[in-house]
Amino acid sequence: MSERIIAAPVVDPSTKPVWDAAAEGRLLIGRCRDTGRHFYYPRGASPFTLSSNVELVQASGRGTIYSYTVMRVAQPYACAYVELEEGPRIFTNIVDCDFDEIRIGMRVRVVFKPSQTAEGEPGAPVPMFAPA
Amino acid sequence: MSLRGRACIVGAYEHPTRKAPDKSVAQLHAEVAFGALEDAGLTKADVDGYFCAGDAPGMGPLAMADYLGLDRLSHVDSTDIGGSSYLAHVAHAAAAIALGRCNIALITLAGRPRSEGQATGTGARAQNATVPDDPFEIPMGRTVAGSYALCAMRHMHEFGTTSEDLAWIKVAASQHAQHNPHAMLKKPVTVEEVVNSPMVADPLHRLDCCVISDGGGALIVARPEIARSLKRPVVSIRGTGEAVKGQFGGYPDLTFSGARFSGARAFEEAGVTPSDIRYASIYDSFTITVLIQLEDLGFCAKGDGGKFVRDGNLISGVGKLPFNTDGGGLCNNHPANRGGMTKVIEAVRQLRGEAHPAVQVADCGLALAHGTGGLLGHRHGSATLIMERE
Repeated sequence: MSERIIAAPVVDPSTKPVWDAAAEGRLLIGRCRDTGRHFYYPRGASPFTLSSNVELVQASGRGTIYSYTVMRVAQPYACAYVELEEGPRIFTNIVDCDFDEIRIGMRVRVVFKPSQTAEGEPGAPVPMFAPA
Repeated sequence: MSLRGRACIVGAYEHPTRKAPDKSVAQLHAEVAFGALEDAGLTKADVDGYFCAGDAPGMGPLAMADYLGLDRLSHVDSTDIGGSSYLAHVAHAAAAIALGRCNIALITLAGRPRSEGQATGTGARAQNATVPDDPFEIPMGRTVAGSYALCAMRHMHEFGTTSEDLAWIKVAASQHAQHNPHAMLKKPVTVEEVVNSPMVADPLHRLDCCVISDGGGALIVARPEIARSLKRPVVSIRGTGEAVKGQFGGYPDLTFSGARFSGARAFEEAGVTPSDIRYASIYDSFTITVLIQLEDLGFCAKGDGGKFVRDGNLISGVGKLPFNTDGGGLCNNHPANRGGMTKVIEAVRQLRGEAHPAVQVADCGLALAHGTGGLLGHRHGSATLIMERE
């Protein structure tokens, strides 16, 4: 069974550092400097205070599955919210495993998977998670 | 200002079509507008307020207002919170009427996802370069069915809800749909048939999903003095509430919906409690949508939804809370992939005593309609309406 093609994320100047880091295998998440809380997806304003006093920080890439679903389409794939060690629950895919073995609470680690533009060009790798 | 008693629903019309390959979306808007005005005993010359959502053709309300020939408008609103828009439109129309900005408001919805062959539930969407969440979610294969499935999976994990519990919701809808000649799925189904239907997005099966249909509907909201001068039974707005729920910066709790907030606001304005409600139209894009909303609206405690819907408790004449007596989105109709309009229409039928006799709730004086629009597990709008028969 062939795997689905992952659509290349649209990159703009505000998110370019995130995708540049992804190309180096590093997962960046947002951090509000005023509250110290991490957030996801990354953005230019704190979702807690609306202040622009925010930064990108590298996450450990480790987490646990908060919820998941297996999309039973022609090329099945597993969507999930993974709760990172840093706190945020991020919407992602569970990969490199038997979908029937996925469970809520399972420990996972980040892996980056290649993406492709509509023109077939390589896009930025996207963060997905495999059993730890 | 409370909106209680400040406006009435005087016209309601559901398009009978479920597949309209030879009609344009604009034409369907016109047909439902005509139908609702005829139901009210009014004409387009009486309309001074117009509401549609962002899916209507053209910029906001402009193209449709022009197409429909609405030339006396003093108030327009194209609020779009997905399928829940039309419940919000009723509240916004009541507010506009209360403020004197219009007297008779028309709300329309129409669409043709069935004829256009949309892969509504499982299809991949294109990224919009200006939408900030898209690059972080679309490559992950975000879909409508998948977003609701994530909520169902977590609800099962935390509260022990089962696929059989969810199936009871489809069973109840199908018991009602058998009496609706326009319903897409008229055949009653069993719990076994639901849980044995093909998996779409674990744990949601094909029969946990709503239908995909063409069609539409329209409502007329008017000042109470006008409503009382018309010949139809008077359905008065008693309580309204709206909310949006997102990811809270990456800390979503998938076990509840915005109904927790919009419902509380509507009940407070109405001055009633869930036990006073005789009939409820509950948004049913998927079975899990119904279950989570019933809890959030206060019909049962959080986590008890499975127990509440079991054994036919949502079936008219059988259970404590008759719901979606037209068959709902699960069996009847989900025009334009937006079920809020038909939720209000069936509640109006019940309050007027005009539902099918087999499903009409006896002495139905107080009804609730609730909508969820967007993606339950990502970001969605919620709108609640409580209506009463005068």
